[in-house]
Amino acid sequence: MGKGLNSFERAVWVYHLNTGSCNACDIEIVSLLTPRYDVERFGIKLVPSPRHADVLLVTGPVVKGMDERARRIYEQVPAPKAVIVVGTCGTDHGVFYSSYNTAGPVDQVIPVDVYVPGCPPRPEAIIEGVVKLWAKLESQRRGVQETAEQDAAGKEGVAL
Amino acid sequence: MAEYSYSYKIPVGPVHPGLKEPIHLSFEIEGEEVVNLDIKTGWVHRGIEYLGLQRNPIQVIYLAERICGICSVCHAFCFARAVESAAGIEVPLRAEYIRTIIAELERIHSHILWAGVAAHLMGFDSLFYYTWRVREEVMDVLEYLTGNRVNYGILAIGGVRRDITTDGAAKIRENLESYLGLFNRLVEAFVEDPSVRARTRDIGVLTREEAIETCAVGPTARASGVATDVRQDQPYCAYADLEVKAITPEAITGETRGDVFDKAVVRLFEIAQSIEIIEKCLEGLPEGKISAEDKLPRLLNQLKKASGEGISSIEAPRGEDYHYVRLEEGEANVTAWKVRAPTYANIPSWFPMMKGAQIADIPLIVASIDPCISCTDRVTVVDRKKGTTTVLTEEDLRRLCVEKTRRMLR
Ligand code: SF4
Repeated sequence: MGKGLNSFERAVWVYHLNTGSCNACDIEIVSLLTPRYDVERFGIKLVPSPRHADVLLVTGPVVKGMDERARRIYEQVPAPKAVIVVGTCGTDHGVFYSSYNTAGPVDQVIPVDVYVPGCPPRPEAIIEGVVKLWAKLESQRRGVQETAEQDAAGKEGVAL
Repeated sequence: MAEYSYSYKIPVGPVHPGLKEPIHLSFEIEGEEVVNLDIKTGWVHRGIEYLGLQRNPIQVIYLAERICGICSVCHAFCFARAVESAAGIEVPLRAEYIRTIIAELERIHSHILWAGVAAHLMGFDSLFYYTWRVREEVMDVLEYLTGNRVNYGILAIGGVRRDITTDGAAKIRENLESYLGLFNRLVEAFVEDPSVRARTRDIGVLTREEAIETCAVGPTARASGVATDVRQDQPYCAYADLEVKAITPEAITGETRGDVFDKAVVRLFEIAQSIEIIEKCLEGLPEGKISAEDKLPRLLNQLKKASGEGISSIEAPRGEDYHYVRLEEGEANVTAWKVRAPTYANIPSWFPMMKGAQIADIPLIVASIDPCISCTDRVTVVDRKKGTTTVLTEEDLRRLCVEKTRRMLR
């Protein structure tokens, strides 16, 4: 469990985007939802629209043509948001390192918070990645709240 | 005045949230009926064949595995066979048997995966979870045998990298036992369940003639009554000793309709067939070496000296997979490589299947060929008459599909 995170405050919804992966990472992600790993019991849920998501999960090197779409989908995810890359090929191209048809690893297209290496990574590793991300998201959210509270307190101070 | 057409277009994709790769499909719809279909692919084009030309055959094996993560051993298997035939490398018999066993285990995992996806699309989620739970068992065995759950990395030019020990064989047998028990329950759930039958019977029909005309392969062709199977027609590896027969629905249900139901039946009974094949392979597993040459530098040297062309075709879970390789003397890298994956051959069969289908059946029909591209994300319905645009998501499409199931159950 992430540092400073004793219990999760709310569920985290994940949108899965395939930007050119070989499918292996993708099926491992689907296995996460099924009874053996069952991440839904922790409140991790795959959602069908980026507009509902807290987390954007990307697999695969960004194939040309998908870069524009990845950017658009990233913009559709409401803030606070975070991005996780699953798999080596999305992290640094992996086996596809000299391809003529990629626009670069995911972090050259959209900002990335957590990388899960492995080709493909084990389901346990993906869960760990999502938990790390979760901690980050919550601290972001708390940060936003605290600043809001401080702002509110500051304003009161002025009023007094 | 411009002529009015009462049809409208539904573009689907290329990005979709679910299980597989992006593809763009554009449906022309009249009312609820699909009248035409257009397909655009290339959203996952990574230039793999070109990449292969910059690497030597041993390195390409790992690249070939990553053409597709679901039928990953098939491409490595097919590539290795093509290289072996180009370089004239003789594979030890034991390795041939081990390759067969791994390929069949993969078929089991792939067909169960498909069954789960189909159940999910029908709105039968408990069956989806059930099948994927069952699938984990074969994944465990594959992991035990190869060290990996997916992209096994077990193939080598001239053989395999890991042997099947007595422990391994026992593990496989245990798994097969448990599958034999579960198989009847899967058949009950798919073949005998009235809701599945209602949802798949006479939907996405591909007649025998259409299957031949569109050059469909694998379970898609077999479900239409075309008894083709590379394992039967041009037996390779251990299949020559096993006498595999292509499974057609005729033999199981007594009739062939070429619909989604038949495709499910064929895939399910192929699981049983694979179990049988693996059992026979384990029984007849010959003793001996597992690779023709295990010193990699020496193998590389041999490949560098080799010159020639090799082709190979194998029966992947989705149909015939085909590789062409050319090696030239003095050249360490592969000089030509062509891959024809089964889904490429199966995509044209969507056209006859889609014509006249309802929007709610689209996901099921798309999935029925078990494409390496399956669900659909953003669907925009453009009503040309009104000039309005509505956006349907993959979830909406699935909802339509599920609602239709519910309606039929009432
Ligand atoms: S990291 Fe490896 S397994 Fe995952 S999608 Fe990329 S190539 Fe496939």
